[in-house]
Amino acid sequence: MRVRAFAVLLIAAAALGGCTEGVLDPKGPIAAAERQILFNSLAIMLAIVIPTILATLAVAFWYRSSNQRARYLPDFEYSGRLELLVWSIPAMTVLLVGGVAWVGAHDLDPRKPIASAQQPVAVQVVSLDWKWLFIYPEQGIASVNHLTVPVGTPISFELTSSSVMNSFFVPQLGSQIYTMSGMVTRLQLQADHAGTYPGLSANFSGDGFADMRFDVDAVSAEQFAQWITHARSSGAVLDAATYADLAKPSKAVAPSIYGAVAPKLFHDIANPPSAMNVMAQLVCSAPQRSEK
Amino acid sequence: MKLLGKLDWSAIPFDQPIVMGASGGMVLAIALILAWITVKGYWPYLWSEWLTSVDHKRIGIMYFILALIMLLRGFADAIMMRAQQAVAAGGAQGFLPPEHYDQIFSAHGAIMIFFVAMPLVIGLMNFVVPLQLGIRDVAFPTLNSVSLWLTASGILLTNISLVVGEYAKTGWVAYAPLSELEFSPGVGVDYYLWALQIAGVGTLMAGINFVATILKMRAPGMSLMRMPVFCWTALATNLLIVAAFPVLTATFAMLLLDRYLGFHFFTLAGEGNQMMYVNLFWIWGHPEVYILILPMFGVFSEVVATFSGKPLFGYRSMVAATMAICVLSFLVWLHHFFTMGAGADVNGFFGVMTMIIAVPTGVKIFNWLFTMYGGRVRFTVPVLWAVGFMVTFVIGGMTGVLMAVPPASFQLHNSLFLIAHFHNVIIGGVVFGAMAGYNYWFPKAFGFTLDARWGKASFWCWLVGFYLAFMPLYVLGLMGMTRRMQHYDNLGWQPWLVVAAIGALVIGAGIFCQVVQLVVSIRRREQYRDATGDPWNGRTLEWSTASPPPSWNFAFVPRVAGKDAFWARKKALPLRQDQPAPAREYKPIEMPRNSATGFVNAFFAVVIGFALIWHIWWMAGLGALGAFLTILVFAFREEGEFEIPAAQIAQFDRTHPVEIAL
Repeated sequence: MRVRAFAVLLIAAAALGGCTEGVLDPKGPIAAAERQILFNSLAIMLAIVIPTILATLAVAFWYRSSNQRARYLPDFEYSGRLELLVWSIPAMTVLLVGGVAWVGAHDLDPRKPIASAQQPVAVQVVSLDWKWLFIYPEQGIASVNHLTVPVGTPISFELTSSSVMNSFFVPQLGSQIYTMSGMVTRLQLQADHAGTYPGLSANFSGDGFADMRFDVDAVSAEQFAQWITHARSSGAVLDAATYADLAKPSKAVAPSIYGAVAPKLFHDIANPPSAMNVMAQLVCSAPQRSEK
Repeated sequence: MKLLGKLDWSAIPFDQPIVMGASGGMVLAIALILAWITVKGYWPYLWSEWLTSVDHKRIGIMYFILALIMLLRGFADAIMMRAQQAVAAGGAQGFLPPEHYDQIFSAHGAIMIFFVAMPLVIGLMNFVVPLQLGIRDVAFPTLNSVSLWLTASGILLTNISLVVGEYAKTGWVAYAPLSELEFSPGVGVDYYLWALQIAGVGTLMAGINFVATILKMRAPGMSLMRMPVFCWTALATNLLIVAAFPVLTATFAMLLLDRYLGFHFFTLAGEGNQMMYVNLFWIWGHPEVYILILPMFGVFSEVVATFSGKPLFGYRSMVAATMAICVLSFLVWLHHFFTMGAGADVNGFFGVMTMIIAVPTGVKIFNWLFTMYGGRVRFTVPVLWAVGFMVTFVIGGMTGVLMAVPPASFQLHNSLFLIAHFHNVIIGGVVFGAMAGYNYWFPKAFGFTLDARWGKASFWCWLVGFYLAFMPLYVLGLMGMTRRMQHYDNLGWQPWLVVAAIGALVIGAGIFCQVVQLVVSIRRREQYRDATGDPWNGRTLEWSTASPPPSWNFAFVPRVAGKDAFWARKKALPLRQDQPAPAREYKPIEMPRNSATGFVNAFFAVVIGFALIWHIWWMAGLGALGAFLTILVFAFREEGEFEIPAAQIAQFDRTHPVEIAL
């Protein structure tokens, strides 16, 4: 009964994948590859898990004490062959899944560039209490709680946090990654299909956490160019002063756009000045804590 | 007001009806119980037989009682979370605002791990290990009592936070920098830290106690390779406690230094390193998972072997698997944060290591299966829990290995899929194991069996409730729902969350059945009385003595010649209580004296903790002095032991003629 319930659940989950916004409905190469890994690992393990569950129930039922036909073997406590089998079945399963894990960890390393003829678009992501700031350094614009990206083009993210840790996650595009203050993480994603995909913070960050959501608009190259032009004409400027305002805690913030961004703003956010930092730079050219 | 530090009337949330209702009810219930004890005049009995007892069996039972009480508290939190998420869809905010909801999920996690699962595990080990080893007590009986009462201190502080002040709003892991003063200025994180520091010291001392007991105090002839598997798993767990809990204590100490004295271990400013906290937390946290589950593997080994009427299949494999897990559990912690952005080699290494742990775990499952093979399986309540566990746990293990694949973790980390996974192994493993152990050893502890019908009803409610409550969470995780959301927009998630809430109610019915089972069994205790001391036809030494065992456990220390010592004895000598016991020469037995040290020390620990949380420095000083003096008084005691006269032992043996001399 439990096995059947689980099978029904899997089918239901797979069916849902076709019509919902989760990780089973990928819209980019990373998410698609990750779903494939999910399915592969699951298939390898189900091949051993389902027989094990069935065997457990069957053995327990057959050897019930009221069954006169079952043979009682009160001294059966060791068998070298069975021991070998018992160790090798899980070991071989793990060998397969472990291979998937090792290869997958390298193929889908979040910072690994996506092979593409298109020049990647750079986006700098800052998690604030409690909203997302997206800076487009090449275009000199920025947006809050809304991300617009061109379809079919790799997006190269650099991410940091202005306060506590969050996790940047767009389930339909693939890998999530932590945003941590004083550190920069990197992530490469790509949308292959035009559409709007929900994004969120996957790591609890305080009272306004539940509203740290944003939409990702994947649009054509022309629409992306139009959007940049539109953003540049919006007039609002993101510099140290407006950023300080923005960084103050606020909940459920409506999306907005900045037409101009102070250069090196992201660098300054990711490398907050501190006495130790200044001293280190004076004494020697100590390596920066953020990844280069 | 300075006299009381940060404490004033605003600490008590008079304006929040839910909190005041719950805490008022709790205070009233405690007052009623205390009044009842006073009216009935039970205090002297309670004080001399329980509160100051250093008997490992009583301490084990008290650990179990604490755990079951806190299970109710943690479950109340769970019901509130499920109810909130079932209604807070679309624009709705539900009935819990974020600052309240955040406290509830933090308290639920901390309570269930530290104050339910841990006391269940340590309680079972306390009761069973010395009996299985054929000895009269643990290595350090008074230290054992100190451990118990320090755990109780942590529990009391955690519950005080409900009425006075607030609890942490950081999640049960209290990741820095969210848990630093800058982002959590209130007393919630301080309650969390001090309660867990105090309880953690108790746990560490319990670990030291049991490692010493198992390595140094076994009955004559019981070599390590003749120990019951439960004792092996207890050894592994306590080694893990001794190795891992100091890491937690040190990590929390650093966070406390940050919060109290302006240090910069994990802060944003001053070159603090927040990921150091996360790493250290999980260097404790992953072994902790195995601290909880290993003894339950031991319980299932005993239950499956006993009720199949067979020795455990592959004893040496089981021992090897247990110790392999014990070592490997320290090499996998990074899988809790693959999404940190570490390199592919690091992620790959920890992913593969995590999977390697699944090998010895899989071996165990197969060995239990082959133990049932060729057996005569009696479907008693403990066996139902065991079979339910085997089926449920392989599903939980499978989803765990799935998330050990780094790219899968990138998609599923922190989602409800993760929540479903760890509830799948903790409920399906630890809780099912504790319930199997509770039904299995209850007659040993109290001399009568538990009602089987209510026990079965409870099992089926738990099992069905578990699947209803957590299978939808797997689906929601795949749909992209993350954990700890106070509300959400996606209406497509709501039906699944409603099903999960119904599942939680079914689990509630299971808990209700357990309470009824206990009440019914106590009322029918004469009908369920077990005079043999061996109601299940057991295999290990605990079944060779009376139920409940006398304070000295065994009038004659058993001599052990192999595995399953009691079983071998029963086979060799079909002598039972209907034959007159052979004349035996009784000798007086030295037993440790009761001591108030643990209880009094724990009182001062609460004072210290409460004072530090509220910055009442003079009170903290007084508490520390009191605790120090308590230990000093114990250290300078005149008599640590007393003698039980031979006549009393002989008398007990005449009235309880069950013990078979080994």
